[in-house]
Amino acid sequence: MKKKLSTGEMVSRLLAGDRRAAARLITLVENEMDDHHEVMSLVYPYTGKAMILGITGAGGAGKSTLTDHLIGKFREQGKKVGVVVVDPSSPFSGGAFLGDRIRLQSHSQDDGVYIRSMASRGYLGGLSRATYDVIRIMEAMGNEVVIVETLGAGQDEVDVIHIAHTCLVVVTPGMGDDIQAMKAGIMEIADIIVLNKADLDGTDRSLRHLQGALTAGSFEEGAWMPRVVPTVSTANKPEDLQGIDELAATIAEHQTYLRKTRAIDRVRYDRVEQELGLIFKDELQKIIFKGLKGTGKKREYINSIIEQKNDPYSVVEEVLNTYLLPWE
Amino acid sequence: MNKGRKRRILIAKPGLDGHDRGAKVVARALRNAGMEVIYAGLHQTPLQIVNAAIDEDVDAIGLSILSGAHKTIFPKIMTLLKEKGASDILVFGGGTIPKKDRVELTSLGVGEIFTTGTDTHVIIDYLNRTLET
Ligand SMILES: Nc1nc2c(ncn2[C@@H]2O[C@H](COP(=O)(O)OP(=O)(O)OP(=O)(O)O)[C@@H](O)[C@H]2O)c(=O)[nH]1
Ligand SMILES: [Mg+2]
Repeated sequence: MKKKLSTGEMVSRLLAGDRRAAARLITLVENEMDDHHEVMSLVYPYTGKAMILGITGAGGAGKSTLTDHLIGKFREQGKKVGVVVVDPSSPFSGGAFLGDRIRLQSHSQDDGVYIRSMASRGYLGGLSRATYDVIRIMEAMGNEVVIVETLGAGQDEVDVIHIAHTCLVVVTPGMGDDIQAMKAGIMEIADIIVLNKADLDGTDRSLRHLQGALTAGSFEEGAWMPRVVPTVSTANKPEDLQGIDELAATIAEHQTYLRKTRAIDRVRYDRVEQELGLIFKDELQKIIFKGLKGTGKKREYINSIIEQKNDPYSVVEEVLNTYLLPWE
Repeated sequence: MNKGRKRRILIAKPGLDGHDRGAKVVARALRNAGMEVIYAGLHQTPLQIVNAAIDEDVDAIGLSILSGAHKTIFPKIMTLLKEKGASDILVFGGGTIPKKDRVELTSLGVGEIFTTGTDTHVIIDYLNRTLET
């Protein structure tokens, strides 16, 4: 039995920092339920101020462990923190095993930290469009920092690089081979490269390779040059941890750079442009399919393609010419 | 247009004893049945479990208990859920729990308790039947 609050009431509770309301609203936008658009219109004025930090990298590189430490650093500064952890859905069942909370335990009793696990729901290794809205709900809840942890980066349209202001790519020794690093496009994605597990063999070599690849890259005058920060994020004694303070300082430095050079404007512009494109794509598709269905034409078109009387591109062109372009 | 809302289930292994094989088997089975499983792992306190369940907006909490700690853990979780206005979250369990204790737990509002080794299909069917769509 779920009490049904009005959308407005839920949003008021969210703005007051209510976790249950936040959790419910995230489910609502994630599932694109009926009130999704209304919720986002109500929430939007309260967003846009948080720092959005992306953490990406191969499975098991230490993203969650690092996130746990970074949450601590932001909490020391008195900032409330929201965390979205995205894991892939099973392509077979559509279900998901979301296990990152195990490594995000240090703050499980802290009211200033809100953690949400999300399945990518068909977006292989990437993020779903709903991620934008989930982040906004976390901002409206009062979180000044929102961390987005996700596997892999660079291959998908809705990607952590389009969403985050500052993007960390976590690599481990041995993975830092320069050719591999260039291939993976790490240099283009990362504002900060974290060489985690710097307690393992091969750290020095990886560090040299990464730094070499960076100096070989060409960067515009005044542009941010990605930094490499080695870290050890697990240790029996806290004093054996390494690089966490440096990492927090480097993140702050990148934030300062974004603001000072107004590069943040560019990031914000690109982000909205990307998002608008995605919404248009989805919404137009819905409108077109709905419209076609109404006339019984959808089945006709699809069958004509199956029977090879038509090809997909000609159908799209015809539909656009018939139904959309005349209103131009 | 409501696309089918995915079922979200929190699986945890509270208490002190240290292996979570059973919990993981259930978690994987639920994943394979199309559910989103938030796996909270070992040694969670009731408060941690309830907080996680609320933040993750789960439909159900599944607890694996072998240690006999069920007598304290289930009631604590039920109380916390009530305090936080989250009694609508279904709580179910698995483990070796004597029959007479099960009756007591049921009276607290705890759902089904599956004995160790229950076929995971039985659990999946139970959740599909019990949870609202
Ligand atoms: N030796 C060593 N191990 C580490 C370090 N940081 C993390 N680990 C271990 O690496 C494993 C994976 O850490 P996670 O933080 O879960 O990594 P992740 O990138 O979040 O993993 P996924 O979310 O599964 O992709 C854990 O067993 C950690 O204890 C480190 O600095 N050194
Ligand atoms: Mg992780």
